[in-house]
Amino acid sequence: MILMISSQGQDLTSPIEARFGRCPWLIKYNTDTKGSEALANPGLRQSGGAGVAAAQFVIDQGADVVISGDFGPNAANALGASNIAMIKFPADVSQINDVIELFHQGKLNL
Amino acid sequence: MTNAKAKQLVILSGKGGTGKTCISAAFASLSTHSPVNCKTVFVDADVDAANLSLVLQPIKTESHEFWGSSQALIDEGNCTGCGACVEVCRYDAIFLNEGNMQTYWIDPVACDGCAACVYACPEGAITMIPQQEGYWFRSETAAGNFFHAELFPGRENSGKLVTLIKQFAKLDAQENKADLIVIDGPPGIGCPVISACAGTDLGLLITEPGQAGLHDLQRALGTLQHFKIPTMICINKADLYPQGTQEIHAYADQQGVQVIGEIPFDESIPKAMINGVAITEQYPHSPAAIAIQKMWDEVLLQHIMEEA
Amino acid sequence: MKIAVASGKGGTGKTTVATSLALSLVPAQSVRFMDCDVEAPNAHLFLHPVLTRQIPATIRLPKIDPVRCSLCGKCVEVCQFHALAKVGKTIMVFPQLCHGCGSCTWNCPEGAIEEIPHPIGVMELGDTPAGIDFTHGKLTLSEPMATPIIRQLKKLDRNDQFDITIFDAPPGASCSVVETLRGVDFALLVTEPTPFGLHDLKQMLGIVEELKIPCGVVINREGIGNDQVLEFLADHHIPVLMRIPFQKEIAQGTAAGLSLIDIHPGYQEKFQELERNIRAIVAQEIREV
Repeated sequence: MILMISSQGQDLTSPIEARFGRCPWLIKYNTDTKGSEALANPGLRQSGGAGVAAAQFVIDQGADVVISGDFGPNAANALGASNIAMIKFPADVSQINDVIELFHQGKLNL
Repeated sequence: MTNAKAKQLVILSGKGGTGKTCISAAFASLSTHSPVNCKTVFVDADVDAANLSLVLQPIKTESHEFWGSSQALIDEGNCTGCGACVEVCRYDAIFLNEGNMQTYWIDPVACDGCAACVYACPEGAITMIPQQEGYWFRSETAAGNFFHAELFPGRENSGKLVTLIKQFAKLDAQENKADLIVIDGPPGIGCPVISACAGTDLGLLITEPGQAGLHDLQRALGTLQHFKIPTMICINKADLYPQGTQEIHAYADQQGVQVIGEIPFDESIPKAMINGVAITEQYPHSPAAIAIQKMWDEVLLQHIMEEA
Repeated sequence: MKIAVASGKGGTGKTTVATSLALSLVPAQSVRFMDCDVEAPNAHLFLHPVLTRQIPATIRLPKIDPVRCSLCGKCVEVCQFHALAKVGKTIMVFPQLCHGCGSCTWNCPEGAIEEIPHPIGVMELGDTPAGIDFTHGKLTLSEPMATPIIRQLKKLDRNDQFDITIFDAPPGASCSVVETLRGVDFALLVTEPTPFGLHDLKQMLGIVEELKIPCGVVINREGIGNDQVLEFLADHHIPVLMRIPFQKEIAQGTAAGLSLIDIHPGYQEKFQELERNIRAIVAQEIREV
């Protein structure tokens, strides 16, 4: 399963970024291989439609689940229509690692 | 990070100049000595006529460039004058060069940034140039953190800039466990207003008696109702034209909207503004300050703290 | 001659000045009035036009024919506003983000995109009892984009010749104000003598400078503020063309829908003089260019 998590930096120790459309990085994590990579969010550079641009990118990356702080209505429409699950960060996470760990523990609720 | 959410109050009017910013500034000063502790973050969402900072006396702690849309630019050396760009431009932005009638130029003031010409040009002579359209700031004020911006004159994307500073205000409110975000909105009902009221919990419409005030109030209320935002009305300069004030009450009753306050015409308001101080700070016993204080207490106790 | 009445700050009295100017001039000249404050149009409340024609203001939204669409994604790639997304086996359109530019239509290799006019407001036309040719635009509630309506309003004026056309601009200093001011001969800036008025007037002057339009200032509600605005204008050699004092009877009269010349008939002569001064500045400008 492919997770994509909005991040302020490129590492697994980077702080999470609450904004989806305008997060600087999206961490792509494969739950089977446990491999990860940091991808620059194309939405960040957009003056308008950042949420749709980021959603399109996530869709094209083949994500199954997106985890972020908040999803705008346009992004939520596009992601929802692609059957990509949207999860909001739980209260007690601060780093990308925390999010991945919670996922493996089955503690991230859809 | 916490999930406890700060409530968002947006102050709008439809018609400009009804007193949104003076009331926002008064709320800022009142929030520091309210009967209940209410930690507040402030946003000036009127980014092309940003006046709240003239009263809040902010100390800027962060300054960021705001890059908006791009504009098309023709490389004259590669332009053959075929006119394919003119055919696709729906913004009447492309003209023949006066000195050299064989090539075209693009008026940056008229260009919408759609890039249709870029794709239409057979010579690849047109490129999109990103534009800086202003700055946004995080500031500290005596009343709390303040998010504001300056849009360069005549630029687009004021709605995008409003969305951006609201996002950062929301994150700031989460991090610092604020109870309330007060958003001083722009006039009108279009894109920056829609951005200002998106996701807010409560709208406060400042109107003034008179035909124009009532007409614009109706359009602003219609917009807030469309987005299903619970709304209250405040009548400023209510005693200047009592007949108009009655008409607003009648309209509010018919719409089932509460009139939460009436502020009398009071020259203390412009006087305080000139000194760059909130009226409730400088003239706390003036009739207008007393009316605003009463309204703030009611907003706070009835609508902000009830669920907290 | 085409004049735009603008202000930056809202509520400074743009509409009061613009409508009173129109009423003062119409006995001797052919006057057209266009209310370009399409988000909060109010001039009709003062001029009382009989609106006899309605023209919808539209933008063109793409509609994708799913049979012809090959899902190549070209439309998504060319759209600068991210109003299109390729989602599974369809192309989604986000109407609130679409500018109606047509780029997707022209670039679709399958010719699968049709454009459907989407109403975002209405333009209403008619004559006023005083004989002013009147037009205003009204943005539909919850539609975000005011500028396309202003562009369409100004297209209506393009081929007509009136002695004077007055455009009542929206408040603020963003794209909709620029669209109103494009191509006018003169910008009449209405301000009030307060720090807010001055701050927003400076924003307006930035636009006027970029568009290279001559301008002059009307100070409204003189007496409520301070001298900062006057000092600034003197330092920058910007002419003050009229001063309107703050008076309760003016505030009450305009609230009731009266023009300045209804409240004080003497203003008719003042506005006529204002217009002569504007024509002199415009003529001077033409000589210098």
